[in-house]
Amino acid sequence: MEVKVLGTGCANCKNTVQLIESVAKAMGVSIRLEKVESLPEIMRYGVMSTPGVVIDGKVVHAGGIPTRAQVESWLKAAS
Amino acid sequence: MTASSNTTAPNPAPPTHLGWFVGIPTAALVWWLAYSHLTEWADWVVATLGLSRETHLGEAVHFFAYDAPKVLLLLLGIVFVMGVAQTFFAPERTRALLSGKRLGIGNFLAALLGIVTPFCSCSAVPLFIGFLSAGVPLGVTFSFLISAPMVNEVALALLFGLFGWKVAALYLVTGLMIAIVAGLVIGKLKMERFLQDWVREIHMGQAALPTGNTLTWNDRLAAGLRHVREIVGKVWPYVLIGIGVGAGIHGYVPEELMVKLLGKEAPWWALPAAVALGVPMYTNAAGIIPVVEALITKGAALGTTLAFMMSVIALSLPEMLILRNVLKLPLIATFAGVVAMGILFVGYLFNFLLT
Repeated sequence: MEVKVLGTGCANCKNTVQLIESVAKAMGVSIRLEKVESLPEIMRYGVMSTPGVVIDGKVVHAGGIPTRAQVESWLKAAS
Repeated sequence: MTASSNTTAPNPAPPTHLGWFVGIPTAALVWWLAYSHLTEWADWVVATLGLSRETHLGEAVHFFAYDAPKVLLLLLGIVFVMGVAQTFFAPERTRALLSGKRLGIGNFLAALLGIVTPFCSCSAVPLFIGFLSAGVPLGVTFSFLISAPMVNEVALALLFGLFGWKVAALYLVTGLMIAIVAGLVIGKLKMERFLQDWVREIHMGQAALPTGNTLTWNDRLAAGLRHVREIVGKVWPYVLIGIGVGAGIHGYVPEELMVKLLGKEAPWWALPAAVALGVPMYTNAAGIIPVVEALITKGAALGTTLAFMMSVIALSLPEMLILRNVLKLPLIATFAGVVAMGILFVGYLFNFLLT
């Protein structure tokens, strides 16, 4: 599964990356996590409030750190 | 919400319907009981410590014991309500509401939506481009960008707590006015050509994001709690430090000094100087307002101090550096200039009305 975190490098974006990493590890799901920091690319996803989360090319979240339960449900749905 | 609450411990399960049904009235009752007994509490603290309000130290302690819980209680209440309200106004929704609106009504709407739409200055650039690419006029976008940080719930909660509802309302109305008028001016000047080139060429993707309509009340109330944890969890140390400094000033700084520097006897240029001083300072409303209150009780003029505060919050150097990515220099200068003029006007107005 391919997971992208969209964000220009603010604290919330880093926390989101960490959260997804730790949840994936806890669930034993292997993911390819990528941080997207270039603005034009972030804008291409139509995301206006960062951090945003893209899973397999689809935007599933924007604006703020997702909750742990949200991350778990994304990883479960895709695995 | 901090990183640690996410990564170390699993989040507690969100309350059920019944939990909210019992929890909210109980919390409201406890809140009200605490809020209505603040004076007794502060008196009790001073008496228990064996102090007298006649002394510098006693007065400072009383100030702190009264103001700190009062401001924190107000913050908790207002931030929770705003957290719930914000679930109705995702940026995507606000953009849709503003898209294609004319100057005038659009600026008015944008300034109002700026209060309730969740906004973080680190998202200022994507938001800016997102608005423009969806056909929101430049001037209307600026009204939003000015109002969103300046008229925020933390500033309003603190002003309400420390100065009463009249000053909070005056701040709300004049803050909105500045956002509306500055956006109108920028719109009339037709400054679209001062956007950075890459911004004009950008192709904004259409994201199929879940809209706010699918949220249940459980989700919205839980979002309110998260908002409290995130905002109050972040600002409470500043509030306490600010009130502590305020208490010190309250107890110890001689009144004549403040009156001369910032009060009625201050020279006319004290106000522009205060605004200029505010630009490079970057703090949240929480840290600065308690200091502002203490300055005012010691005779500094309200308009001058409020203008200083608006300038600290609305004209921050870091935000301008971020915006530099999308705006060319003339547009940034115009933005800063127009907002600074608005703040100056409000400052003189407050000073004039309240003396």
